[in-house]
Amino acid sequence: MLNKRLDRSPDLIPDPPEAPLFTSVDDVCARLAETGYLASPAVATTVFLADRLGKPLLVEGPAGVGKTELAKAVAQVAGARLVRLQCYEGVDESRALYEWNHAKQLLRISAGRDESWDETRTDIFSEEFLLPRPLLTAIRGDEPTVLLIDETDKADVEMEGLLLEVLSDFQITVPELGTVSATRRPFVVLTSNAGRELSEALRRRCLFLHIGFPEEELERRIVRLKVPGLTEALAASVVRVVGALRAMDLRKAPSVAETVDWARTLLALGAGALDETVVRDSLGVILKHQDDIQKAAAKLDLDAL
Amino acid sequence: MTEVAERITGLVGALRAHGMRIGTGESVDAARAARELGFADRELLREGLAATLLHGPGQRAVFDPVFDLYFPRAVGGPADAGSDRDELRDRLAEALAAGDQVMMARLAAEAVDGMGGYGSSPGSDGFSAYQTLDRLRPQTLLARVRSDLRGGNGDGSGGGFADRLLDDEIRGRIEQFRRMVGAEARRRVAERRGRDEIARRGVVPTADRVDFLFAGRDQLAELRRAVQPLARKLATRLAARRRRAARGTVDLRRTLRSSLSTGGVPMRPVLRRRRPVRPELVLLCDVSGSVSGFSDFTMLLVQALHDQFSKIRVFAFVNRLDEVTGLLDHGRADPDGLGARIRAEATLTGWHGSSDYGVALGEFAERYGAAVGPRTTVFVLGDARTNMSDPNLAAVREVARRARRVYWLNPEPQDRWGTGDSAAPAYAELVEMHECRTARQLSALIARLLPV
Ligand SMILES: Nc1ncnc2c1ncn2[C@@H]1O[C@H](COP(=O)(O)OP(=O)(O)OP(=O)(O)O)[C@@H](O)[C@H]1O
Ligand SMILES: [Mg+2]
Repeated sequence: MLNKRLDRSPDLIPDPPEAPLFTSVDDVCARLAETGYLASPAVATTVFLADRLGKPLLVEGPAGVGKTELAKAVAQVAGARLVRLQCYEGVDESRALYEWNHAKQLLRISAGRDESWDETRTDIFSEEFLLPRPLLTAIRGDEPTVLLIDETDKADVEMEGLLLEVLSDFQITVPELGTVSATRRPFVVLTSNAGRELSEALRRRCLFLHIGFPEEELERRIVRLKVPGLTEALAASVVRVVGALRAMDLRKAPSVAETVDWARTLLALGAGALDETVVRDSLGVILKHQDDIQKAAAKLDLDAL
Repeated sequence: MTEVAERITGLVGALRAHGMRIGTGESVDAARAARELGFADRELLREGLAATLLHGPGQRAVFDPVFDLYFPRAVGGPADAGSDRDELRDRLAEALAAGDQVMMARLAAEAVDGMGGYGSSPGSDGFSAYQTLDRLRPQTLLARVRSDLRGGNGDGSGGGFADRLLDDEIRGRIEQFRRMVGAEARRRVAERRGRDEIARRGVVPTADRVDFLFAGRDQLAELRRAVQPLARKLATRLAARRRRAARGTVDLRRTLRSSLSTGGVPMRPVLRRRRPVRPELVLLCDVSGSVSGFSDFTMLLVQALHDQFSKIRVFAFVNRLDEVTGLLDHGRADPDGLGARIRAEATLTGWHGSSDYGVALGEFAERYGAAVGPRTTVFVLGDARTNMSDPNLAAVREVARRARRVYWLNPEPQDRWGTGDSAAPAYAELVEMHECRTARQLSALIARLLPV
């Protein structure tokens, strides 16, 4: 299976997808919405362009604003498989690209005693003993693929060099096997929390999208979609209060994920409207630090907690 | 070159002039993005170009105003201009209450068109956001929009608990309107003078030169961050003045007495030893909406200088006055929250919400008169706009009589003192009043006026 593709000239860089995923920005919005992802105009435009221009999409923004979710939604819309490389400190080639299955190789070596070494070597460095990791997996499939490189900022700088290579040529060289080129370029999404500044070179490869906290109207729609039982008025109040909390310069500003959690909590509590008691009792759902809770309580004129 | 390619090249050139590194590859991508997106929807085009040309979130603040110049919302003036100030304020209040962005943008265009123009000869004429905002005074619509919303509750905002957020929300919208006015004025000027020049010339003044009265939220935040470094600089200047003052005066009596040992010839002048006591400071701050940016900043600055004084007491007022010295101590930990905390925890208003200098100053003289003595220097911070009520000059006279010095720092331009409900000239007859519009002016004044 692999060998077939090795026949291709290694410097043949595939064109961007022949059949684009989306017909227009509106189309992006509408179809993402069907999967439960409500895109702002900025998100929809950038996704549309990433597809049309065939460039990876670098998504930055605070935790919980839907960066990961976006990649999943695009995969679902495109009917594509989602291949995810979760980055962390110390993630390396053997986790990101491929690894040889040493245990299996050893078994094979001890099994084939009467072969010549050359024969054995050719055999143990073949497809059968290769453990593909996400980057290789994403490049060599024939089916449409969304490659999610999640939390890129957590990986070490060396990893960036590797990503840069892969994202420039969409090909990977396995010395023992040859070069694998993508027959079909995956739709690539990199996410980052800006924990570490990514290199200029990597940024240049990508379209850049910053997802911040959503506009009030969009967040209201997200809440209504995720927590359908909530009344319109209560959803509006929830979003207003969260908006005010975000303006407060807290240690950890509440994100969309927290807004949704809070809305769920209120529904579970059977709260009909926001009042002082309800807010006071449930503030812990949205704010994670004790000093944030105190600050917010003071600002919102809640009696001492 | 096609018109579009030219625009994009111009845009990229301007962004580069602002220090952004944009390669040819990105320019080509930008052109492809424009082709894919078309020009019908300006906001999509904005996002598309941003996605291809920018590499980090920090660049967006530069990108947006430059984009507005190269891809303007409209050309020329608005179609239905000619509305007068009051009518415009009415419509603005309505749009602010509804949070109607489209309407706000339209009104920004009308306002700049109707109130922002200056000069008549080509070359020296233009449009000024400052002048527009100064005439329209959108910040004074807060109370009105609030009562419209409270009364009508017509925007389906949920009301109830969330209404205690109303003031901040309205302030946010007013802020947004100001930015729209800024963008619109730049656009109109660019139409006259050539876009490239305006785009390159750095459209935003640095925060320390922005009028307190017109500074936006971001600029105020930037100023707050500058408080500590500024305080260190001022402390050095004050120390130098203190040394000079100490060095300067010769104690004649002691010089003569010591000259007895040299046969009555004063060989060594004896310098007057400074009393080790440091001066005392009292601050009276108007913290009402219109001038709060100014007074918050000044309070933080003075707080940061606290070890220059033996004692600092700070009083805040709107139409009632309360001591906030204790709150200010916490200001060191959380400068951004200071203003809000003062407004939340001190009793500053009676039965209405607008400034009343007369009542507040009277309350000070009466309740806290003892805070002022012969070693005290008093600073009054505010625009002296009394909302037509009695300025209570007697109270100011009384404070001035007790204090070592009284200075009044007024964030309004001097040529506006006395217009409308400003009692500035009357107060200025009793105490030394200084125009103090920007952080830059403030630090110069503080370095000069603070007692040592
Ligand atoms: N635009 C949106 N439409 C629908 N749901 C959203 C949207 N934005 C955020 N959410 C919700 O927020 C949750 C958190 O999103 P997600 O995990 O993708 O955040 P993230 O940005 O990847 O955060 P982190 O940086 O912590 O990984 C999702 O489960 C989803 O329910
Ligand atoms: Mg994530």
